[in-house]
Amino acid sequence: MTEAIVTISNRAGIHARPAALIVQTASKFASKIWLEKDSDKINAKSIMGIITLGASFGTRIRIMSEGADEAGATAALQALFDSKFEED
Amino acid sequence: MPTPDATRFTVLDLLDLNLNEQNALNLRCIGGRKGLSREITVPDLNRPGLALSGFYESFAWQRLQIFGRGENAYLKMLAESSNVEIYDKLFSYPIPCCIFTHNLAPSKEFFDAAERGDCPILQTDLSSSEFSSRVLRVLLDIFAPQTTIHGVLVEVYGIGILLTGDSGVGKSETALELIERGHRLVADDVVDIRCVNGSVLMGQGANKVIGHHMEIRGLGIINITHLFGVGAIRDKKQIQLVCGLEEWDANKVYDRIGTEEMTTEILGVHIPKLEIPVKPGRNIPIIIETAAMNERLKKMGYHSAKEFNQNVLRWLESENARALYFNRDDFL
Repeated sequence: MTEAIVTISNRAGIHARPAALIVQTASKFASKIWLEKDSDKINAKSIMGIITLGASFGTRIRIMSEGADEAGATAALQALFDSKFEED
Repeated sequence: MPTPDATRFTVLDLLDLNLNEQNALNLRCIGGRKGLSREITVPDLNRPGLALSGFYESFAWQRLQIFGRGENAYLKMLAESSNVEIYDKLFSYPIPCCIFTHNLAPSKEFFDAAERGDCPILQTDLSSSEFSSRVLRVLLDIFAPQTTIHGVLVEVYGIGILLTGDSGVGKSETALELIERGHRLVADDVVDIRCVNGSVLMGQGANKVIGHHMEIRGLGIINITHLFGVGAIRDKKQIQLVCGLEEWDANKVYDRIGTEEMTTEILGVHIPKLEIPVKPGRNIPIIIETAAMNERLKKMGYHSAKEFNQNVLRWLESENARALYFNRDDFL
């Protein structure tokens, strides 16, 4: 299990397009990947799940991966969050 | 009912609850607004009669304090005899809130004491008994143990079925076909589950704003209510069967008879579970529909697989008996 904590840094928060980017990135890995906000923990390969989190600007999110390629998965998602989903 | 902050349920959250007719609490805040951020920690009520008369032993200050006609009349009597230090004693406890029923309102002295103690005062037009039963029902629901599961909840022939499985196995597509066949969607992808009364699992969508939408590969996000009508959706439903969809694994032994019943545990409640292997050419929605009907039969006391086996056993036995009587030589 690898974990990382990221902060949403694009103004609009996680709306449909960033959610799709997260799912695309997560789906490249075989590991099970979750995103956690407060007490809500959802599957990072599910668009509706990610949108349900309601992650707005400044929200802190914990990325958790478990599986053979977990380190790569966590790093790739962290990089995606840090790139502000190519917005702003 | 989802709470804005799952870890803390405040008096403001209680006021903000969006409840329909028979559950409406009709609450409004008439004083002590500073205390609206106070947390409600116990799903219970208290009538503070004894406390008002000065007896504070075992005073259940953590609960919502309900002031009905009796308590209000007593407060009025106290105010007339200007015995208001009792109010301050009451508000020295961090009471979550005081609720006046029958649209009653306390005296100004009581309001002032509440302001000093930062205790919100709420009012409702309901009677004390009606309000008590409603608020208890609502609070027990909010304080019920809950969890979130990745899956799709559908209602098929009246049975609440939770479809689970890994991403991409076809949960949403299966649900879409079921909706097309006249069944109902409760929640896609993220299902909030509450354990009510310790034995009933209620499932619902995590969020009203984005509820009843589905994500279908190749189509994107679709609105089920607009596409299939209001008859195709449902707000919440008891979970009565779990169907785990999984990629067909040639090495795994799947149930071929159905006399052994598997269950899965969610929040301490055991729910019947089926493992359904998925491969091209298998019509999963029809299997789910049949599973739902079979589940109803079981609830009515008719278990297809067991009944079938009993018939087989009875038949074999009678064949034995016939052999005994008619073909004695063959039998021996």
